[in-house]
Formats: sequence, structure tokens, C-alpha cells
Amino acid sequence: MERSIFKYIIKHSLKGQIVLLVVTAFSMPFVYLSLEVPKIIVNEAIGGQGMPEALLGFEFDQITYLFALCALFLLLVLINGGFKYFLNVYRGVLGERMLRRLRYELYSRLLRFPLPHFKRVSSGEIIPMVTAETEPLGGFIGEAYSLPAFQGGLLLTYLFFIFNQDLFLGAAAIATYPLQMYLIPKLQRRVNELAKQRVLAARQLANRIGDSVSSITEIHANDTSHYERADISSRLGRIFNIRYQIYRKKFFIKFLNNFLAQITPFFFYSVGGYFVIVGELSLGALVAVLAAYKDLASPWKELLKYYQTKEDIRIKYAQVIEQFEPQHMLDEALLADESETVAPLRGDLVVGNLSFSEDQLIKLVDAASAQMELREHVLITGANGSGRDELGRLLARLLRPTGGRITIGEHNAADLPESVIGRRISYVGQNVFLLPGSVRSNIHYVLKHVPVAQQNLEEDRERTLASEREESQRTGNSLHEFTADWIDYASAGVADSDELDVRIVDLLRVVGLEKDIYQLGLRSPIDPHEHSALAHRIMDARNGLRERLRSGDLAELVEPFDENRYNLNATVAENLLFGTPTDATFDLEKIANHAYMLRTLTEAGLLTDLLEVGRKVAETMVDLFADLPPGHEFFEQFSFISAEELPEYQQLVARIASQGMQAVDVDTQARFLSLAFKIIPTRHRLGLVDENLQARVLAARDAFRTNLPAELRGVVAFFNADAYNAESTLLDNILFGKRAYGHAHGQAQLSSVIDSVIGEYDLRTAIVRIGLDYEVGIGGGRLSLEQRQKLALARALLKRPDVLIVNDATSTLDSAQESQVLGRVRKERAGRGLIWISGRAEFAKGFDRVFVMEAGKVIEQGTFDELEQDGRVFKRLMQSG
Amino acid sequence: MSLEEEAKMLRNIGLFAHLDPSKLKLLAFTSHWLKFQPGEELCREGDPGDSAYIITDGTAEVLVDSENGPVLVATRGKNEVIGEMSILCDTPRTATVRAKDTCFTLNVSKDVFMQLLKGSPELSVQIIRTLANRLEESTVKLRDATEKLVAAGLD
Repeated sequence: MERSIFKYIIKHSLKGQIVLLVVTAFSMPFVYLSLEVPKIIVNEAIGGQGMPEALLGFEFDQITYLFALCALFLLLVLINGGFKYFLNVYRGVLGERMLRRLRYELYSRLLRFPLPHFKRVSSGEIIPMVTAETEPLGGFIGEAYSLPAFQGGLLLTYLFFIFNQDLFLGAAAIATYPLQMYLIPKLQRRVNELAKQRVLAARQLANRIGDSVSSITEIHANDTSHYERADISSRLGRIFNIRYQIYRKKFFIKFLNNFLAQITPFFFYSVGGYFVIVGELSLGALVAVLAAYKDLASPWKELLKYYQTKEDIRIKYAQVIEQFEPQHMLDEALLADESETVAPLRGDLVVGNLSFSEDQLIKLVDAASAQMELREHVLITGANGSGRDELGRLLARLLRPTGGRITIGEHNAADLPESVIGRRISYVGQNVFLLPGSVRSNIHYVLKHVPVAQQNLEEDRERTLASEREESQRTGNSLHEFTADWIDYASAGVADSDELDVRIVDLLRVVGLEKDIYQLGLRSPIDPHEHSALAHRIMDARNGLRERLRSGDLAELVEPFDENRYNLNATVAENLLFGTPTDATFDLEKIANHAYMLRTLTEAGLLTDLLEVGRKVAETMVDLFADLPPGHEFFEQFSFISAEELPEYQQLVARIASQGMQAVDVDTQARFLSLAFKIIPTRHRLGLVDENLQARVLAARDAFRTNLPAELRGVVAFFNADAYNAESTLLDNILFGKRAYGHAHGQAQLSSVIDSVIGEYDLRTAIVRIGLDYEVGIGGGRLSLEQRQKLALARALLKRPDVLIVNDATSTLDSAQESQVLGRVRKERAGRGLIWISGRAEFAKGFDRVFVMEAGKVIEQGTFDELEQDGRVFKRLMQSG
Repeated sequence: MSLEEEAKMLRNIGLFAHLDPSKLKLLAFTSHWLKFQPGEELCREGDPGDSAYIITDGTAEVLVDSENGPVLVATRGKNEVIGEMSILCDTPRTATVRAKDTCFTLNVSKDVFMQLLKGSPELSVQIIRTLANRLEESTVKLRDATEKLVAAGLD
């Protein structure tokens, strides 16, 4: 990249800069005229001196002349405003385009960093460089050339005027310039030094904050918040000190400037005055020079300000650029290929004398040699630190060899474009990073190389895209349409997204993740309009389950939702609402506070009774839990009232006992109501919800639904035995009822019946596909490590690469599971290359070839039978494993 | 059945015989009902014991494994207790208990019981006292038995 920002500006925006200069030059006469016209108005039109008799053959009187000139003045104001508007917008656009280009270029360079470089720089440092630090550059770029040209031009004009009046006075006017031009850069250099330090300190601060975010568990687990705060505080102090010094120096420069600027009039008055008195200069000339000098001050000030900004920007640019030029960057050409298909790799994979070292001292891989057919299944094993991990990453070209080479067929792997490496080879490492989004989108990720399908777009959309593309082109940005379909179905061996889903479900089975995703799907709600066929089949399964439970004499495991029956396994609130809230309005925790609920209960004559039930609950809780120390597990597990609130309820219960429910306010009453709402008769056995009360709750349930005001319709999806409930999960829709409490083994029995019903109605795959919509969270945090590794393996298989490299990528699985997964992956990869890298030598059986690594070298190779002999390192590994 | 009734029922367990009524109620509230279908096992010989059952209705058979398959050694019915000691110590189940007809039980789990002890020193003291009494009884019985043996000239 260009080392200086000015070269960068010239290279990418020469045309724009010229336009700015030319337009600025064109605007000057109008500026001059707009100063001139008022003078004519005052002197000629109003003062009536020297008014021309006629203009362009028209005769006119003084009034007409005045209005004509005023109209001209107005026109000039408009023209000047127009110029200013144009220049400002043009400058802004120019700056923003350059900023876009610069950021895009920085990001592209980031993608070409050698991977080990990321061990030395953190995202906390890089992010502000691309985002915040480049920001002020945009503003500067627009005026990088035009401002000094414009202000410099003004300055020269005025100087010319002054020198024209008198040589001595001219000399006097610029007498301090040499001093300023000598002193200010000297002082500015020290400011620059500090500005550099400031940028570094700010980066380090960003980095440390990033560290804190990443290590937040460590901070809390070790009570190091004070230590961390002290660290940040000292850094903030350092930044403060730097800025303080910058301010002092910067404003000293300003002070010096102002002082020197004021010295000049001193010369005018003294020297000029002397000449006027001795009669060598006319008074008029001195006054004119003084006036010109006043005008001179402003461009000079602007130029100095520009100089300071320029220095600041120059440093910022240089400091950003140098961070984006690490050694051994990936060749740009390797990333350039944008073709849709890439020919498969053929031939042998040969590792010749391969070495790798991070610091030039320790060779992590030391002259390793090996040869294999691409379609073979190969195990690379060795102890930790034997270099097997590095060899794996070298094979995937994630590391660059420091010696030797890898050849695939006739190609040196180092020269293959990334389109070949990234599409024909799959690599799965130990650490998996998932992007925020669904499981499905994370699996699709590996198929998104270039947009494949041409979409049929509406004309409007097509036009917008075209203009967006044009703008991208102007700034050297990517021309690929981000919202297009990027999924390369062909490389996954499928025709469309439906087939792709089915294929993904198959692969989830291979890696042992299908069951987890199925469970996630089962616990997700679906939109019955979008998935109407599935919703219908779920309804069939609901009836099927009911039938199955009945015939298996298991009906009592589930208490179905029945409009006309009180559900003894549900809370009072659930019985009243008899549906699933669609938003927070009827959140079951807060429903006791809802005005409509209260009104319904009052009208049903139920409120008093439920408050009494709530009071009894409180009384029982106080009775049962009062002796327990606060923080006891029972509060969490069993109590309706938390330990903190218990003393308060104790007092309230006592107050109500003596003065009745009226003694407490409405909010407190709602709290008692909410206690009553939590009762599940079969579970809590408090004997407070008798049949009479149940019958009246049923009546209130009915009233609640019938009288629901229009504005509340839609905030609850009522249970209906014949309709799919859009707010409930798939499982709850199949179950359509509450699991009954108190049945030994009930949970297990029910699960197995549900599974068999789902099998019978052939719903399993459909449910897994719903599970693919599950959001994985930041960095995949909502999935377990094990699930993430399995997902990464599944998507590596989806690409159908010529070689699949699995580098300790199933390490979080227990060894039984790992060996099952290995078996299924090998079956899936039959006839296609697989390089499995693992410390577990016992996996070697069945592999076509085994390489054993020690101290960076391949020291043994052969089949399992050849290697499994006394005295062999392999045998030792087998025994230690 | 109300909490009071359940509490009364819990008193039938020797270990809880001397507990305060309020503690018994808390124990009842934190226990749960379990229904077993005929033939379902309440516990299996050799499994770690993690809870005690009080049969509130129905009957259950106590079976012990032998070379010739399970042998019925006893039958437990209403108000009888199964696996009392397993809520105090980690001994494996010494027999398999199977519901003979539909069995309703109140289940006191070891975890919950241990938590209850943690939160209530006086409860612990009561339990220790009960156990000490039992030990004392056993010691007395043992002494009597030993004396009888000596008297019989067998020692």
C-alpha cells in the first residue's frame, strides 16, 4: 500500500481532486463579485456617486438601479451558496469513497495475513484500526489538496496586494513568517511523537477491554475485578497524561502563533506610521494595507490549522498501514479465483522434507516426509507435541512450511489458489468457531464460495443492485451480491435446498449430532402457515399419541388439555388462561397483575376466594420455611416465596389475620393472588384447590376467553384440541396436555411412546430440519463444545472434498463415541481421502496407512499390522494410550 | 391427603418418630407421591439406594436374588416403610421391591433429606438421638445375648 496518505489520495482520487480545484477556482470570481456588489450598492446606488447613465442600452433611474443591483446580489448569494453546497457534498462524497476503499482494502489485507500472525495481534487492536482510526481520514481526504490550494491562493493574492502598495510594508507583513515556519514544525514534531503514543495507548486499551470480555469468567471466578480495574485505570491515566501534554503543546503553538501574528500590526503601526509622518507613505495606503493584513490573518490561520491536521492524519495513516503489512502475507493471486467450479485434485499427496518453525529456533515439524494416495484413509498419530497437529495444518495450508514442500499430483500445494485448497480439501480443527445464526446457516457456510444462482429479481430491485454495484466498483469493493444465493448445491451433490436439508440430516447422523438437533427441533415452535404440511402431520401425531397411550393403558401419564375440565397437573394460572401467551402481556409470572384478569376474576366472584387461597399458601410457606436459614436450597426448589421475601410475608400474613385482606393494598393483593396462581394440585398437595373452586375456575376460564377485549386478541393462543398451537413447541403440540406428576418411570415411558409415534408418522427428519433453525448464539455459545465439534465435522463432510483432514477434531467426545463417529465417517468417506489426526493410536486398525510422528519427524509408517510390533514407537503409543 | 395427614404418616418411619410436627410437615411437603403399576419395581437389589418409600396404599413384594431366581422374602403393605436406612447411608439396596398391585407411595429422597438436615441443627440432633437410642438398644440386646451365651457355657 502507499506509504503516504497523499500518494494514496492521488492514486485513487486524482480526478476528484482536480474537479475540486477547478470548481474552487471557478467559484473565486463569484466570491469576489459578491464582495464587490455591496460596495457598488452603497457607493453608487444609494450614495448616487458615479452611477452610470445607461447599461446595455437601457436607461434607468436610481431606484431601478438599486433593485437591479440587489437582485444581482441575491443571485450571487445563490450562486455562492450553490458552489459551497456542491463543493461540500463533493468533498464529503470523495472522502467517504476513499474511506470505503481504504477500509475494504485493509479488511482484504487482513484476510491475507499469515495465520501465525494472529497469535501476535488481537482483534481488540485490529478492529479499531479498521473502524475508528480511519474515520477522521475521510474528512481530511476531501480537503487534502483543495484547502491548501484555496487558502494558499487567497494568501498569495493578499500578499501580492500588500507588496504592490509598498515593498517595506509587504516585508513587514511577512516578517514573522520565517520564524513561524521554523518554530512550528519543530514544536509540532513533539506533538506528533505524542500523537503516535496516544494511538498505541488507545489500541492497547481496546485490546485490554477485549481481553476482559473474553476472560470474564476468570475475572469473576478469581475475584480479580480490582486488579483489572486498576490496570484499566492506569491505562486511562496514561492516555490522560499523553493528551494533557498534547494539549499543552498544541495550545502553546497556538499561543505562539497568535502572538507572532499580533506582532505584525505592531510593525505596521510603528514602521508604517513613521513613514507616513516623514511623508514617504500616504495614509490611505497604510489603511489599505492594514485592511489587507486583516484578511491575510484568516487564510494563514487556516493553513496552520491544516498543517496540524495534516500531521495528525499522516501519522494515523502511517500507523494503520504499517500494521497491515506483516511479513509473509498471502499472495493476492491465490485469493483471486472466482470461478464457480474447481476441478478435483488427483494423484498422490507427497510431503517432502517438510519443516515448520514459528520462531526459527524450535522446528515443530522437522524434515518430515510421507507419501499417500489422495483417496486413501490415513491416520497420523503421535504423542502431544510430536508435530502431528502442525503437520495437519500444513496439509490444509493453514500454515506455511519454512522448509520442504507438499505436492498434490503435479502441483506444489503452496501455489494452489485458495479456491482449490478451500473447496477440494476440508479441514476440521480442534477449535470450532461458529458464526451467530442458525445451525443450518453455519453448515451452509462451507458451501458459500461465490454466488452461484442468478436470481430472478424485480426491476426495481435490479436497478438498486446495479447502482450499488456501480458504487462498489468506484471504490474497488467486492462486486458480488451479498444477498444472492451463495450455496453451491452441486458441490454437496444435491439439486436444491430441500435435498440439501435431507443430506445435512444424514450427515448429522454420521457425526452423531442428529439426536441433539432432533431434541432442539422438538422444543421449538413453528409457524403453522409457513410449515402447514408439518403442522397437519403434528396434529395427526397428537391424535396418534392419544390413541397409543390409551391402547397401552398409559393414558394417565398425560392429562390432556380439555376445555371443560380442570387440569390438575397445571397451575391455576395455566388453567385460567388455557393457552400460550404470545408476548409479555399475559406472562404467567405477572398475569396476577393484569387488569383484565383481575376484572374477570372479580366478575366471576372468584377473586376473594383465590386471595384467601393465596393467603393460606403464604401462611403454609411461612410455617414450613421460617426456620430454615436464608440461602437454603429448599427455597429455590420448593418454596413459593423466596428467602428474602419470607419475613415480609410473615408480617403480611399476621396483618391480614387480624384485619382482613382489605388491610393491604392492591399490589400486595396481586402478590397473594400470584401465590395462588402457582398451585399445581397434584404436585403441591396443599388441599387448597377443591372441586368447587375448580368448577368456578372453569367458568372464569370461559369468561376470560369469551369477553377478551379486541385489543388483547392475539396475545394468547388458546388451546384447541383440533388446532395447531403456533406458540407452543412441536413437542407440546404433540403432547397437548400436561405430564402427570407422581408416576414412577412415567417420564421414560412417555418419551419412548412419543419417539415411537414420531417414528410411526415419519416426522423425525422434518423435526430435525426444524432443529436446524436453532440459533447457535455468539461463537456458537448455545451449543456445547461437543456439539460444535460434531457440527464442524458434518459440514466438512458436506463439501464432499477430495481429502478430509480431521485434526483432533473429535477430542471432546468420549473414546467410545469417538470411535463410533470415526467408523461412520470412514464409511461415509469410502473411496475418498481421509486424513485422521489423533493421539489415540488404537484407532489405527483398518486405516490404509498409518504415519507415526515423533519430534517433528515421521518416524514410522505402514499398516496397523506392520506397526504393531515390539520395539516400535507405535506399539509404545498403543500401550500408553 | 393433606400435609398434616402426610406428616402423620411419616411419623411411622422409626427414624422420624421423634421429629417435631413442623419438621415432619416440611419433610412431607418436600417429598413426592409416586404411583407404581403392578409389576413395576420400586427399587432393585444392588442399585444404590437414594430414597425411602412409605406405602400409602397397595402392597409390594420384597424379593431377594438367589441361584434359582428371585425368592419372595416378605410383603409390605399400607403404612410400611421401604429402604429407611438408604436415606442416611450409601448402602446398596439389599432386595428388589416390586409392586404387587397398584401401589401409591410417598417418596423421601436422600438428597432432600440431607439438605433438610443441613438447614436444621435441631433436626440433626433429633435424628442422632434416635440413632443413639437404637444403638443403645442393640448394644443391650447384644450384651443380653452374649450373657446368655456365656451362661450357656458356649463362649
